Formats: sequence, C-alpha cells, structure tokens
Amino acid sequence: MDSEHINSAAARTNLRIAGTGAALPERCVTNDELSRLLDTSDEWIVTRTGIRERRVVTTDTITQLAVTAARQALAEAEVNAEQLDVILCSTLEGDTKTPSLACVVAGELGAHCAAFDVNAACAGFIYALDIASRYLQTGASNVLIICAEQMSRHADWTDRRTCVLFGDGAGAVVAQRGGELRHLHISTDGDDAILNIPTNSGNSPFAPDKQPPQFLHMDGGEVYKFAVKAVLRELDLAARSGINAEDIDLYIIHQANRRIIDAVRERTGQPPEKFPVNIDRTGNMSSATIPVLLHELTQSGTVKSGQTLFFAAFGAGLTSGGCVLTIGKDD
Amino acid sequence: MLEKIQNVLRTHLDNETLEITAATTFEELDLDSLDLVELVMSLEDEFGIGIEVEETLVTVGDLVRLIEGLL
Repeated sequence: MDSEHINSAAARTNLRIAGTGAALPERCVTNDELSRLLDTSDEWIVTRTGIRERRVVTTDTITQLAVTAARQALAEAEVNAEQLDVILCSTLEGDTKTPSLACVVAGELGAHCAAFDVNAACAGFIYALDIASRYLQTGASNVLIICAEQMSRHADWTDRRTCVLFGDGAGAVVAQRGGELRHLHISTDGDDAILNIPTNSGNSPFAPDKQPPQFLHMDGGEVYKFAVKAVLRELDLAARSGINAEDIDLYIIHQANRRIIDAVRERTGQPPEKFPVNIDRTGNMSSATIPVLLHELTQSGTVKSGQTLFFAAFGAGLTSGGCVLTIGKDD
Repeated sequence: MLEKIQNVLRTHLDNETLEITAATTFEELDLDSLDLVELVMSLEDEFGIGIEVEETLVTVGDLVRLIEGLL
C-alpha cells in the first residue's frame, strides 16, 4: 500500500486557509440516552471510542448546517459568494441525490461558480484540499470547501456496535493561494467489504432482487488496522519530504475513534497535547470531523500563526490522505 | 508459537511475569476487541502475515491455532 504518485506538494501553488466555519445540529444524544435504546452503556462506549455524546439532525437539515458553516468561513475570510471560483462539497449524500449539496449551497449563498460534490467518505476533506490546490494552481483565487455529513441517516440504529460511533455536522474552509503547503497526498486501497453503505434498490420491475433498506456496515477491527497504518504511511511520506514528527505542532487526525488517535500518538512518541480531540462531543462525523475541529482550534486560539499542522484521514474506499500545512504569519 | 504470543502479550500488557497459558481468555487479560486488534497488528509485523481478527477468538490458544494455520 505504498504509493507516492500524487504526492507533489513541492510542485504546487501554495494553499492557505483564509477562514473556517462549523455548524452542528441542536439535538445532543448522550451515551446514557443511547443506553436506554440499545443494549450498551456509557462505560462501554467511552472506553472503546472516547465518545460521550454526539449531535444528530432532527428538524434541522444538512443543507442548513452546510450553509451556516460556509457563511462563517466566508465572513472570516472576507470573501463574498460572487468572489468564489469553485464550491467543493464533501458529503456521502446531501438532502437530495441530485442536485448535489454543493449546488444547493451555491443557490443559498447566491454563488454562480462551479459547484460539485466529492465523495471520498471520511477522507473527503483531504481530497477536497487536493482538488482545491489544483484549482488554485490554475488561477483560482477562492475555493470554498464544505464537509457536511448526516451520518445518522446511514447508521443502522439497531446495531449497537456501529450506530453509537457517529454524529452529524458540517465544517467549512475558504482556501486561497499563499501559506506553505508542505505535503499533500491522497490514495485509495480499493476494498468494498470492510466498510460500506449499500445503495437502496429502487422499484425497477426489471431488477430481480429487492433488498430491504441498507445501512452502514463496518468490520471495526479491520478498519482500525487500516486507519492506523494509513496515518502512519502519511507521516512516513511527510518524513521523506523532510518533515519530522517533532516539526509538527498539531496532529489533526480524523476523529473516528479516540483509540486510533492514541495508537498513532504512541507510535510517534509525541506528547498528547499535540493530538487535539473533539470526538467526545461530536462522534464520527465522517469528512466533517477535521474542518470542525480545525474551526474550534482556530476559535480557541490553539492554532497559531507559524504552526505546522498535520491533517490525516481515512475512510470507506478505502480512501486515505495526509496534508502538512504551515500557517502563515499573515493568516 | 505460544511462547512468542506470550512474549508479545507480556510486552503489550507491560507485565513480564504474567502467567499466560493456551487456555487463558482475552477477557481474563482484560483485553477488549480493539486491544486484540493491536495485539494482532504486532503479530502481523512479527510474522509478516495478514491476520483477520475473528469474533471466535476467545483464548490465547485460539490465536495460536489461527496463526499456525496462516504460516
């Protein structure tokens, strides 16, 4: 699973994050509340995942969350909708299969630029950064990236092993030229067995097999192994570009499971304060976890000018990616 | 093989004198499913093989048989 074919940060126009935004649904569901619906417990969930509560969509919509996050990021970047060159939306599925969530958000924002969805599952933010860097390289000035996920629609709420893991939410960033992009790499290890969400069968009279509604399936052990190896692979590739573990100030890793983050941290030998987590409050929001965490860290002043950030994510596909970005003095 | 797994487990649990036999269950060692995955990852590196963690793995002896079947 070793490949460097897309790792070309050195050859790219630089990328800076000019603004961030995040929006979570109102409804909070604690482990104790889940324990009343399912045969599980707060202790079981916390020790195996680090999750204490998550937000889930009720009457709010994933479109509303995406738009709220996008407006925050645009305001912080002081960019208006007309100045956008492209809107990239990372999502498993918006409120409609078509039009894409990116197009729906463009309409809400009053933007008329290109807008399309990217589906790279939980690694979607890194994939979107990769696409954004290429747009910026070919002349774009402002790329809006939104990661918006309604995992509560895909989870099987009768499966206590998986439904407790997920939450809903949206994060957004505005990417511009500038900054210092030091590593950006995305890849796939094609495997549809260990993590998938099948599509539903429709009602074609010509298709013989009708399936009941399908939900998320995950082989947790195998996904855990892939996740740890994928993040370590990105760190290894970054090291080959001259970025060592101690050079990284914050390891912002996809918040899928606290234990994955701990396993990576132990292997890097770096201190826990370099590994921020918010999974205790959000659960796994698929591709939205990194931009939501980045927004929180920016708002709290934890992310500072001059710091080097490492992003890494992994998900169904199997997709994975890593990025090393130094926050510029002007950011 | 049992000896190798005993050693990996002792290192993993940070207890060099821990008594482990083929009949010892992972539950007795206070290992949950993800600890077992971590253990399997160490063994995959050690033997250069891919081991799929199965829910039928209950005792250390089960793991010994699984790995011996893969070598």
